[in-house]
Amino acid sequence: MSRKFSLFWMIVLFALILTASPAGAGKANDTLNILHEIELSSVDNYFNTDRWGVVLCHLLWDSLLYRDLKTGEYKPNLATSWKFVDSKTMEFDLRQGVNFHNGDEFDADDVVYTLNWVSDPKNGVKTQNNVNWIEKCEKLGKYKVRLKTKRNFPAAAEYIAGVMAIYPHKYYAKVGPEGMATKPVGTGPYKGVEVVPGKSITLAKNENYFAAGPKGKPSIGKLHIRFISEVNTQIAELMSGRADWIWRVPQDQAEKMAKMPKITVETADTMRVFFLHFDAANKKGRNSPVNKLKVRQAIGHAIDKATIQKTLVKGASRIIHSACYPSQFGCTDDVVKYEYDPAKAKKLLAEAGYPNGFEIDFYGWRNRPEMEAVMGYLNTVGIKAKIQYLTYAAVREKIRVGEVDMAHNNWGSFSIHDASAFTGNFFGGTTDDNARDPDVIKWLEIADTSVDPEVRKKNYSSALQRVAEQAYCIPLWSSNMNYAYTKDLNFSAQPDEIPRFFNSSWK
Amino acid sequence: MKARPLARDRAFSQGSNRRGTGMLIYTLKRLALAVVVTLVVSALSFGLLYLSGDPAAAIGGEAATDADIANIRNIYGLDRPIYIQYLNWIGKALQGDFGMSYYFRLPVSQIMAARVPATLILGCSAIVFALIFSIPLGVMAAIRPNSWVDRTALFLSVMGQAMPSFWLGLMLIVVFSVWLPLLPPSGTEGWEYFVMPTIVLGYFAMPAIMRLTRAGMMEVLASDYIRTARAKGLLPGSILFKHALRNAVIPVVSVSAVQFGFMLGGSIVIETVFAIQGMGYLAWESIKRSDFPTVQAVILVFAVIYIVLTLLADLLNGWLDPRIRVT
Repeated sequence: MSRKFSLFWMIVLFALILTASPAGAGKANDTLNILHEIELSSVDNYFNTDRWGVVLCHLLWDSLLYRDLKTGEYKPNLATSWKFVDSKTMEFDLRQGVNFHNGDEFDADDVVYTLNWVSDPKNGVKTQNNVNWIEKCEKLGKYKVRLKTKRNFPAAAEYIAGVMAIYPHKYYAKVGPEGMATKPVGTGPYKGVEVVPGKSITLAKNENYFAAGPKGKPSIGKLHIRFISEVNTQIAELMSGRADWIWRVPQDQAEKMAKMPKITVETADTMRVFFLHFDAANKKGRNSPVNKLKVRQAIGHAIDKATIQKTLVKGASRIIHSACYPSQFGCTDDVVKYEYDPAKAKKLLAEAGYPNGFEIDFYGWRNRPEMEAVMGYLNTVGIKAKIQYLTYAAVREKIRVGEVDMAHNNWGSFSIHDASAFTGNFFGGTTDDNARDPDVIKWLEIADTSVDPEVRKKNYSSALQRVAEQAYCIPLWSSNMNYAYTKDLNFSAQPDEIPRFFNSSWK
Repeated sequence: MKARPLARDRAFSQGSNRRGTGMLIYTLKRLALAVVVTLVVSALSFGLLYLSGDPAAAIGGEAATDADIANIRNIYGLDRPIYIQYLNWIGKALQGDFGMSYYFRLPVSQIMAARVPATLILGCSAIVFALIFSIPLGVMAAIRPNSWVDRTALFLSVMGQAMPSFWLGLMLIVVFSVWLPLLPPSGTEGWEYFVMPTIVLGYFAMPAIMRLTRAGMMEVLASDYIRTARAKGLLPGSILFKHALRNAVIPVVSVSAVQFGFMLGGSIVIETVFAIQGMGYLAWESIKRSDFPTVQAVILVFAVIYIVLTLLADLLNGWLDPRIRVT
């Protein structure tokens, strides 16, 4: 009797499982199922600092310009032409016949309203660094605007092309950041269908997207983005066919997945550079060993970057020698390089007064295995590094107030292809500058503000050479990014960590 | 004319009143203690959160300058003394206003309301699953101690305690989602999404309930009144379920209440593995993001759930066993 009873319930359960709602397959229903590991704080482009925010910026909205990754040129997007009137003034002619997703016509009022609103500090935009260089934006005609910068800002075009989404002024004035976060409206190749905060975002193809734009018309009908933090669950979703695209797959998992017949694994370099960040300036007068040049140089020679990159970081990542990412304007690799030489490292330590090495706290907040590898190499020359692995906010705060002698830091430059976003940020006299070298600060001030490209390059080069000579930081490698997606998808990964789904299609 | 109550009835009535008064005093004492515990938990968590990093720096993100962070401190009132911030928060919380999430820029109550259903469904289904399997197994193990049933129950208990939940969850996903694509690996869109998380979470709670049922049943089955019942010739089923289990299950109820609290508040790992956007997952992510208002609200809700469940268990025990009221 009891056996019959159990059998009955097993049959019922199996029947229920079989009748459960099936997962939506991607290609069959023209929906690209995308997984991302971090819940997006806000869909409003100016109120999040998440990587996915930058991705959505390119899907839902358009900027005045668009950076062509292949050529590095700035192409017209919502603007049809642009020019520098003087070193602090730019003028843009705007594209006609473009409509927002809600039907509003795009014109100068939208550009003026958006840029003035986001650059006003009292509106509390989260990405202040992206907008705080704007003085004001003026309307010169229905399709013409003038943009004034607070200082000479040669990287303006890069910022405008990157993350300066243009909003529909009437709609944004009415709904504000909260409304834009739940019902986003832009001119982009995809339009918002549904936003479930912290859970999912659904976008649909903008059938009326302007064909003349540099992004091109989108092909895939729907994008369904879900947030799943556990990478193993993401992989299971992809393997079971319920997801079509994931990224940030750990190297060991990516190598296994590459052998699977239905999955494509693609590896791409990223602009995120890892580096050892020293308190060379002795900010708090704590007299750490790393205040001494020879100790910093010894650390540079103690680490076998090539081996760590080859065995641990792997993929398309590359060894970095200079305090910037190679594709950034002004970045040069023509600096002092610290080759792996443990004997030289020990000699330098002895000359610095540490023949038996020393103990040091080693702070970090990302990629702990790589930190441990660095720690191992330091140990072989007598430097006992003790890992302090904290949250990003906690580490940065400690670095800024001079409580961190050595950190395993990293920086993605917000995908800005200009050395001002990296070198300027860490050595230009900012709160993140732990070198405080007056010459470097002077060179970077010229490089960050000059409108003459040659002057900029020369001064970046001087600053980067000094940073390397003085080993204010030891650049390590760029971060590697693994993408895994269904074989049904045409997709191409880019080094700026911005997947361009509007260029993707089904096979 | 009203008849005078007999002396025996008066004594019974007085005894009943004393028992009622005693129960009332006991209830009030436990309630007062519950309120104090809630306040202490909320104050401690408020203070401890400050050790996890500067919330203004976390809100500002990578690009924020010192001036931006100072501005954020001012906007969010984080530059005020910590006790003022706490009093302000608890005052509003008592009125149901948990403030705005720093991260989502939405009312915390709205975020929690969206997360509670998944956690409730998971917690309830897991405790039901645990009870359905662990009590019969515990009873069977007690009836035949040291038999293969008992050994199997012991083996399952040890496995349940020793096996990490995330590993079991991932194994189930591999088998039932990847190899045999029968169940979805993650999400909350339908009942089928809760099958695997329920098994994993319920299985973790099973050993304690099963071993307690077994121990309780063995003790009760060896007692005099069960021997008497057997001597009277009562049917084995009647002895087992009407007389033995009813007494043996009393501590199980208390433990189940605590386990249920754990399932509601402590299912972070399960929620992470199965991508269930519930309260536990929200708490974990909010701590990482230094989203103070959300963390505070979630801790308070969890604390209240635990305290209410413990209070109910205490009151139940006090009602069942008068000796507890005295102590």
